[in-house]
Amino acid sequence: MPTPTDPEVPVIEFVDVQKSFGDNIVLKDLNFSVRRGERVTLIGPSGSGKTTILRLVMTLEELTGGYIFVDGEPLTHREKDGKRVAVSSKEQKKLRTRIGMVFQQFNLFPNMTVLENIIEAPIYVLGQSKAEATAKAHSLLEQVGLPDKADQHPLSLSGGQQQRVAIARALAMDPEILLLDEVTSALDPEVVGDVLNILRNVADTTNVTMLIVTHEMSFARDVSHKVMMFDGGRVIEEGAPEKIFSDPSHQRTQQFLSAVLGDA
Amino acid sequence: MIPVMPFTADPAPATGSTGNVWNWDFAIEIFPAILRAFIEVTLLVTVVGTVIAALLGLVIAILLRVLPRPLAFVLRWAANFIRMTPLVVQLLVLYYGFTWMDPLTIGFIVFGIHYATYMSEVYRAGIDSVPKGQWEATKALSMSAGRTWRRVVIPQALRSTIPSLGNYAISMFKDTPFLFVISVAEMVRVAQTIGAQTFRYTEAITIAGLIFLAASYPTALLINRLEKRLAYAN
Ligand SMILES: Nc1ncnc2c1ncn2[C@@H]1O[C@H](COP(=O)(O)OP(=O)(O)OP(=O)(O)O)[C@@H](O)[C@H]1O
Ligand SMILES: [Mg+2]
Repeated sequence: MPTPTDPEVPVIEFVDVQKSFGDNIVLKDLNFSVRRGERVTLIGPSGSGKTTILRLVMTLEELTGGYIFVDGEPLTHREKDGKRVAVSSKEQKKLRTRIGMVFQQFNLFPNMTVLENIIEAPIYVLGQSKAEATAKAHSLLEQVGLPDKADQHPLSLSGGQQQRVAIARALAMDPEILLLDEVTSALDPEVVGDVLNILRNVADTTNVTMLIVTHEMSFARDVSHKVMMFDGGRVIEEGAPEKIFSDPSHQRTQQFLSAVLGDA
Repeated sequence: MIPVMPFTADPAPATGSTGNVWNWDFAIEIFPAILRAFIEVTLLVTVVGTVIAALLGLVIAILLRVLPRPLAFVLRWAANFIRMTPLVVQLLVLYYGFTWMDPLTIGFIVFGIHYATYMSEVYRAGIDSVPKGQWEATKALSMSAGRTWRRVVIPQALRSTIPSLGNYAISMFKDTPFLFVISVAEMVRVAQTIGAQTFRYTEAITIAGLIFLAASYPTALLINRLEKRLAYAN
């Protein structure tokens, strides 16, 4: 029986995943797995289901078919006597605390200070002491370049600063898996670089597994081990970024990349 | 409760004034009795009623969100029923249905519950106004349902509800004269009794009106202050 720390067990595994919104089937028999410490970028045309995949991992969407495993354990449903049975909310919560997400719109809590945003979950979910959580929060704020903003309210910060706080908040939970959904799309172009540099630094200095959706292809090339191209609810091509970006084998990938990279 | 007691002061002192003209001596003489009724009944019912309504209204609004569908449906129906029936009728039903109960207590209960159904709607709108992204962030952080409500949803929902809640508190205040139907000696009834016994209504009723005004104006200011304080500071 594999244990969660077994390096051979994928951190994330999708098995025959189906996701539909009403009649709209978005993901169809999707299979892929992500190894520990691996950084994977999902690319594909708008509406191909990239966000949906991240939201399924974060359990923000309901899985309509198939199975998702985190550290080898079922995240939402398991198979039992040939039937699909929902896992208990306690089991799900245990896995969910290993997953962090940074949103396009930051979603900081505006009624709390920056510090309170960061220490809330470490204290009340992980059971850290306030002193411990606060010390960690300050060092994370240092890391994201906002050492003097702890007592500010999020809405008094710029978008780029808010997103950096959101990154610190996610990292404060020491996630095994970090989900990044177009985290720079809502930002002014001149601050995109700062935020991406912080994420590059996180990638370089930690072993956190990342699932990334981005339109920043140079960032994707720098940080990811693997790029997966989605279309029509399936992975149509995957491989190392050098391979996918410079020599895609699938015609849809070529079309997509030339459209995205455009004049670049 | 405070019984409606006969007012035994001398009627108009013999200063030659007619019954229609304001008499300061008489006004000063009756003022304490009216003020006392204001504090001991009108204000008390308003404050206790507001506290009950504000807490119960929040509980109802949360339950409507978290209860399983059929139960939420029953609760919504019950709340609508209470909101759609007149306060006076509710006072009378409890008064004649629970004769062993102190009328003032009935006042607390009826005002509290009646206005809770209004306030729950205010809270509901406030809760609905909390963006979906906030709920998603709490889930991504694995926050418990309790912390999510306490630290994220309720504080943000309250921000937009304070003015409406305050206005309902003022409405409740202005509804307190209805307590007369269950023979509670609230301020207007005391003023009226004084008038009836002395045949001088002008002073008594004017004083009651001025006390109402003197109380609701600062309350409105207070609500305003609170609203500002709750706005996100920076
Ligand atoms: N809550 C929802 N209700 C109904 N349909 C939805 C919902 N969320 C997503 N969809 C549909 O699912 C499909 C995939 O959406 P998704 O957001 O995952 O795409 P995406 O690859 O992230 O696209 P983009 O690059 O534009 O962000 C789309 O057709 C979308 O309309
Ligand atoms: Mg998307």
